[in-house]
Amino acid sequence: MKFVCLGYADESKLNSMPKEQLEAAVEECLAYDDELRRGGHFAGGEALQSATNAVTLRHRGGKVDVTDGPYAETKEQLGGILILEAKDLNQAIALMSKHPGVKFGPFEIRPADEEFNKIIEARNEAAMLKRS
Amino acid sequence: MPYQRESQRSSEAIRALIDELYHEQSRRVFATLVRLIGDFDLAEEVLQEAFAVAVEQWQRDGVPANPRAWLVSTARHKAIDSIRRRARFDKTIAEHGEMLAPGATEIEDFDEETFKDDHLRLIFTCCHPALSPNAQVALTLREVCGLTTEEIASAFLSSAVTIAQRIVRAKAKIRDARIPYEVPSREDLPERLDSVLSVIYLLFNEGYSASSGAQATRADLSGNAIHLGRVLLDLLPNPEVMGLLALMLLHESRRAARTDAAGDLILLEDQDRSLWDCEQIATGTQLVQQALAAPEFGVYTIQAAISAVHAGAASANYTNWSQIVALYDLLMRAQPSPVVELNRAVAVAMRDGPQSGLQLIDAILGRGDLADYHLAYAARADLNRRLGKRADARAAYQVALSLAKQEPERRFLQRRLRELTE
Repeated sequence: MKFVCLGYADESKLNSMPKEQLEAAVEECLAYDDELRRGGHFAGGEALQSATNAVTLRHRGGKVDVTDGPYAETKEQLGGILILEAKDLNQAIALMSKHPGVKFGPFEIRPADEEFNKIIEARNEAAMLKRS
Repeated sequence: MPYQRESQRSSEAIRALIDELYHEQSRRVFATLVRLIGDFDLAEEVLQEAFAVAVEQWQRDGVPANPRAWLVSTARHKAIDSIRRRARFDKTIAEHGEMLAPGATEIEDFDEETFKDDHLRLIFTCCHPALSPNAQVALTLREVCGLTTEEIASAFLSSAVTIAQRIVRAKAKIRDARIPYEVPSREDLPERLDSVLSVIYLLFNEGYSASSGAQATRADLSGNAIHLGRVLLDLLPNPEVMGLLALMLLHESRRAARTDAAGDLILLEDQDRSLWDCEQIATGTQLVQQALAAPEFGVYTIQAAISAVHAGAASANYTNWSQIVALYDLLMRAQPSPVVELNRAVAVAMRDGPQSGLQLIDAILGRGDLADYHLAYAARADLNRRLGKRADARAAYQVALSLAKQEPERRFLQRRLRELTE
């Protein structure tokens, strides 16, 4: 089963870290991702640019409102997404507890909505067939 | 021969036996059924059905040699029937625990160890940290203790609808987020055990010192918590489980002495110690000693040790306050908190005099800690009263009264205030 792990971090803290220290930390995270790959647990991921580059869309009064910045104004912002393959929630918790990224901010582990993903998958296939 | 013919047993005797089995074993049978069926609700349904069949069939054919295994087997067949019936209508039903898997466990394989493991699985799943503490408590009372939704609601002064909703959501989360039905690995055990122990202690405290409402205590919840503690210790002989059970027994031993006929609180130092339950004190003290001898014990054991020192003293004056202060020092190192610091300050006051305790309490309040905690002001008031500073005592009792929510505690504070104005 897939679990989507949302990694949060305090950007100002990361930005104020000495360069070598930050690089070492990133290296440590990448090395652990490799370990997840070896175990067949790494099912993908996306790193995110700074939350200052975010734009939030909101439906308001019949039109879409565009505002600068992330959805929630909190100290810790979403920094990246990792898709984890695990047999159950306990395994997901155990694997992500060892991820060095947790030292920089909280991970939120969300089970993927497999029912809805089936619908998305069906749409993908339909679109592919149309094109070919 | 699956059945032993016991024609000499009257039907009343068989009914009584089934009642007893239901009372003592039904939640353990349920724990095994959840593993086999993989569904809390269906497990509950077929458990009840199996008992209903037992009433009929045992009177006719005699009591089976292994009643518990018979109940599991009968319930499992009911579940298979139910799933097949449903599958005809709903093709999406796919997962049914281990039951329909090839090579599904035969009933003969169920020994005491399997039943014990299943019981532990149920406890750890209901107390899983991915569930909110409120949900953990409600689910544990419902599934492990077998209380009805209405009983849980009345114990927590909540509505049955709220509790039912909480339980339904928790079960949905177990299923959808795939919280496994397992005993945690050795590596995860300490943290996961903390979660179980805190549910049990929360239950006990809610019963021992209800956070609000007309009555100071609710014995039924404490009784359930102690029962759970005993069950857990039997399943998992761990020093902190021992410590928690000891702590609960030692607190519980004072129940009869804690309130007067009118339901008003009596402080530890004023209690009639002949009302304390000697048997609970003896068991609690023995468990503390056993836990303290273990290489690793934790905060429950230390608190139980403090309680055991009180339990061993003939009166407040004869209490070994130096030992109590030393134990609070240990507790401060293990789990520093302003509340522990406050309790330590009270013990220091008993050892070195009210002035020493007062200085420590003023330091805590001066830092801004415990500003909303009525017991901090009540302790401050009491020490001022002992020092003869009536105006300071009155002012502190007034703050405590404005913060206290529980009726018997409020009456106690009002009584003290009256005594100071006379």
